[in-house]
Amino acid sequence: MATEYIVGIDLGTTNSLVAFMQGETPVVIPGEDGLNLVPSVVALDENSVPVIGNSARLQLIETPERAVYSVKRLIGRGVEDIQEELKLFPFRMAEDLQPGEVLRIKLGNKTFTPPEISALILRQLKRNAERYFGGPVAKAVITVPAYFNDAQRQATKDAGRIAGLEVLRLVNEPTAASLAYGLDKKQNGIVAVYDLGGGTFDISILKLHDGIFEVIATNGDTHLGGDDIDNLLITIALDDIRGDMGIDLRRNAEAVQAIRKAVIDTKIVLSSQASTKLDIALPGGKRYQREIAREQFEQLVQPIIDRTTGPCKQALQDANLKPEQIDEVVLVGGSTRIPKVRALVKTLFQREPHTDLNPDEVVALGAAVQANILGGGSQATENMLLLDVTPLSLGIEVAGGVTDKIILRNSTIPASATQFYTTQVDGQANVAIHVLQGERELAKDCRSLARFDLKAIPPMAAGIPRVEVKFLIDANGILNVTAREQRSGKQAEIQVQPSYGLTDDQVETMILDSFDNAEEDLRNRQLIEARNEVATIFAALDKGSKSPAWGQLTTHEKDRIAQLENSLKTVNAENDYQAIRKAIDALNRGTMRLAELMMDTAVSSALKGKNMDETELEEGPTAPHPMAKAEFE
Amino acid sequence: MTKSVLTTIGAKPLPEETHSCWSCGAMRAAQFCGSCGKVQPPEPVDYFTFFGLAPKLDVDVAKLEKDFYELSRRLHPDLSARASGREQEWSLEQSSLLNDAYRTLRDPIKRTQYLLHLEGVALEEQSKNATEQARASGEIKRQIVPPDLLEEVFELNMQLEELKMNRKMGDEEPTLTTEIAKHKQALETKHEALLEELKNLWREWDHLIERNHASKAPAEERAKITGQMVDVLNRRNYIRNLVRDVNAALEE
Repeated sequence: MATEYIVGIDLGTTNSLVAFMQGETPVVIPGEDGLNLVPSVVALDENSVPVIGNSARLQLIETPERAVYSVKRLIGRGVEDIQEELKLFPFRMAEDLQPGEVLRIKLGNKTFTPPEISALILRQLKRNAERYFGGPVAKAVITVPAYFNDAQRQATKDAGRIAGLEVLRLVNEPTAASLAYGLDKKQNGIVAVYDLGGGTFDISILKLHDGIFEVIATNGDTHLGGDDIDNLLITIALDDIRGDMGIDLRRNAEAVQAIRKAVIDTKIVLSSQASTKLDIALPGGKRYQREIAREQFEQLVQPIIDRTTGPCKQALQDANLKPEQIDEVVLVGGSTRIPKVRALVKTLFQREPHTDLNPDEVVALGAAVQANILGGGSQATENMLLLDVTPLSLGIEVAGGVTDKIILRNSTIPASATQFYTTQVDGQANVAIHVLQGERELAKDCRSLARFDLKAIPPMAAGIPRVEVKFLIDANGILNVTAREQRSGKQAEIQVQPSYGLTDDQVETMILDSFDNAEEDLRNRQLIEARNEVATIFAALDKGSKSPAWGQLTTHEKDRIAQLENSLKTVNAENDYQAIRKAIDALNRGTMRLAELMMDTAVSSALKGKNMDETELEEGPTAPHPMAKAEFE
Repeated sequence: MTKSVLTTIGAKPLPEETHSCWSCGAMRAAQFCGSCGKVQPPEPVDYFTFFGLAPKLDVDVAKLEKDFYELSRRLHPDLSARASGREQEWSLEQSSLLNDAYRTLRDPIKRTQYLLHLEGVALEEQSKNATEQARASGEIKRQIVPPDLLEEVFELNMQLEELKMNRKMGDEEPTLTTEIAKHKQALETKHEALLEELKNLWREWDHLIERNHASKAPAEERAKITGQMVDVLNRRNYIRNLVRDVNAALEE
């Protein structure tokens, strides 16, 4: 049986990564461009084919109406939740959206739901991993912000399914980071993970105890991150430009994206330099230039950064800990590179934060660790077990529109609660249950998760039926509900109307749609990969023909190689990847002896006392056969 | 290691019936098979029984935590991620039961409330119903002030009123704030003292259970102690709400 790969995926607001456990160490899998970070940007090219990552980022500036970024801000949310985001982000929504419906975002003349867009990013990561392994990847652990609610989690899981991935587990981002940290440190103690990313903020406090990672408390804000800093700077620049130059660019999507790129660069530079110049080319040949000092920048963003204070204090209070009882603070997320953020963390926890880990990669690495644990573990993860919590209380609406909390926040998951319901009218067959998530007293202030209808309750006098409803939050932080009528023993039927979620049928349809496209995508991808390999093998052959080993081949062998080389050239001009692969294999076999000879000459010249640098060895084979694919990667 | 878990945690499995592991047929503990380690279908047991404990209240919390970690390593869904669908389901149910039980038993108040619930004392229900009734009728929930606090509460309420008045006028009177803080301090001390009082009742309860270990202790004696516990919990609850109000007033 082929090796089954389970990957860990950090599906971020700004960037996404895929990682896996190589032996005893988690490593990030680079994309075809050699980069570890895949920007979470999706665009449609001129033929309406989706492009993802860096190439989509280019389109964001050229054709912003066909590109979307930061879609994580929309996942699992409804149109009435996102009015604030719509003011700040160039999301283009389908015009006919109804309240309570799943969002649909316009890209060119097509529309996509947030899970579908996330699925496109996930598919790119899946592809990167498959390319790296040279085999299929079907299972993954995906990270989500700890403070994500049930709907946001469910939507992320749906995205995985649409992308053709079985999501073995959703892991909270700060918890994943703690796994990577713990694997590294192997120390017992209390750790706080401060995770300020592109769009979300989480704080988690954990107890590390002989391999058990027990989350004690978590808190956060799913709409707070680097994006907010960017938006503030964009607004200031736009106001400035309007005031100084009289140009109103607020409706000019391309210009806004150009400004966005410039302010992000500025923000990054100001983490290492005391001042920098914002320089933006405007339509009509004008330039907007402005000197920004770090001090100024810090003053501007202080209110945004300060918003992380409340959740940190709440988490400490919930954990029943004082700042001095925290042994280590781990920083996660790109925004923690900002010196002012580090200063705030230092004040809050009264200690210098731990900054050894790459804040962009640590979540993906932790996801890979969890993937390894779920896959049966290895020596490194043998004793590791994650005990996470639910970030928000789960409640039921009771008389008067009040929330009755049945599972409190920071309860270790899986967690359950049982409620009993009865009827109010003789012969009543249905009972409606409204499930809420949140900390507020009134139902209308909490997040509506779903409305359940208990159906087919056997006809009885009012108050007689006793329906037991069990609410269970699983290890992904997702709610499951079962109901049973106790007098009749009948399993009550539950009809769920998820709020802003996709129904199972919708997800199935999307999976099918994506498979239809996937077939074609797969063929194109195979072709590209095969051609890359052809380029590699030709380069190697060119080198071989100039090496001393070439002279040791017989004429027959040389002719045979030339012949195989020609057939590969011929099939390479066509679009049949399987034929190309066959020709590659044939040429590989035909050059086997050349490879061996090259190796021998390299070794013997080394033995003659030549400096290694002067021989072919430095680029030469590390395996018996230099024409094989892997050596040239 | 397996053995020790079996004897400590599985010591009091399901009474009378014999159970064998669905997978290997060996005799098993309540939650997992001591022989092959497989998770077993959950049985409806109370939280004390789940941890192999008698229904006593003076629980060794350090030991409880150790058992919780030990059982988590057996029951957590992460460990059965590659097992069959029904094993995954059992492990999900077993570990949710484990977490619910641990959360309840490690906390002195929740543990007491849970025991009262097992004893048929509908503590929470009462207060919940009262709250709902008050909400429905729009009245303020009537709080019965514990007699020993009457004087203290009366004075404190006066001062809180005064504080509110002063704030409205834009005055800040430091002596008043100090007075209120002093009352708050006294209430917090009282709050702590009530926990000690509760612990004394635990010991009485535990003695009662130990003396009658083979049979159920007489209902009358049980009810006497649980009644006293309800009283302590109510008083403690009252003080907690009061302290919360004071904090809110001071922070305004």
